[in-house]
Amino acid sequence: MNERMVQLEVLRYDPQVDDEPHFQHYEVPCKEEWVVLDALNAIKESIDPTLNYRWSCHMAVCGSCGMMINGEPRLSCHAFLRGFAGVIRVEPLAHFPIERDLVTVADDFIDKLKRVKPYLIPGEPRPIGAGEYLQTPAQLMKYRHFSMCINCMLCYAACPQYALQPLFLGPAAITLAHRYNLDSRDGGREQRQQVIATDEGVWECSFVGACSEVCPKAVDPAAALQQVKVASTLDWFREHLLPGSAT
Amino acid sequence: MAKSNKPVVWSLFAAGGTLAALLAPVLALLFLLAALGRAPELLGYARLHAFAANPLGKLFLLTVIALFLWHAAHRLRVALHDFGLRRDRLVAVVVYLAAGTGTALSLLYLARI
Repeated sequence: MNERMVQLEVLRYDPQVDDEPHFQHYEVPCKEEWVVLDALNAIKESIDPTLNYRWSCHMAVCGSCGMMINGEPRLSCHAFLRGFAGVIRVEPLAHFPIERDLVTVADDFIDKLKRVKPYLIPGEPRPIGAGEYLQTPAQLMKYRHFSMCINCMLCYAACPQYALQPLFLGPAAITLAHRYNLDSRDGGREQRQQVIATDEGVWECSFVGACSEVCPKAVDPAAALQQVKVASTLDWFREHLLPGSAT
Repeated sequence: MAKSNKPVVWSLFAAGGTLAALLAPVLALLFLLAALGRAPELLGYARLHAFAANPLGKLFLLTVIALFLWHAAHRLRVALHDFGLRRDRLVAVVVYLAAGTGTALSLLYLARI
């Protein structure tokens, strides 16, 4: 198995000690098939145990190891070292406050996620005796790929509108709202529309599309947001122009 | 937070964008040919005048001109925001006023043909 020395420049920041973040240089012996996360683990195990970062599954499922790698939001478990030449620059996800080193404070995203009610809200109460909900393959396909989101926040780190306007609900939260709105078992669309069909909701989006480019699960949040815009526009005309349908 | 009223301008923007994607390239080509004096017979003055005199022709021209204007206005508003201009309300008033004036003028001129 081939091994080579890989140079990493990792952003370090301990708010209790440092005035501002700084880069630390590491030279790590790495195997050819390693990903950036393996290199970070090697640093923590044998070079510098004080380095902080989040990770869990190492297989692009848990969504916790997102970071800026050479300026692009990537899952570090999905970024192969052989894809980079020269020094690899590793920074915490952009647009989020740093908690320590590569660990960011995700509170803003978690709060926005809660606000869009990303769970099934049945339209009418259904007794357990009525059995399970049945769904046809066609009904499933309507929302299935929007349900692949792993909440990794790469889309927030890529979104220039979120950088300009931190109140923006953002790609993943609106996409998840849309995912439940499209679900045949759900009846909570109007509740979610009150949150997402607002100036700080979907209408802050200017369809740059960076979210879809960086999404590691091909969820295509930009498409979801465009669909939300079309649906919300139809709502608006229905609510304002058709008599008796105002909500 | 209340629901947004942006769907009003966004629907014009989206409709204009769709129409522009379909029509703008061919219009640019035809205008270029006409400017070079190589317009096909179909685009001669008499025929275009007759087209603009027909009520359906008027409706078509008004739709194309107005939706292009509203599309451009909204695009400009968003682009200025992206470039860092934060006076969104002022920008919105200026660009939509321009699009509205353009729409009113086309209506006026088309009505006089």
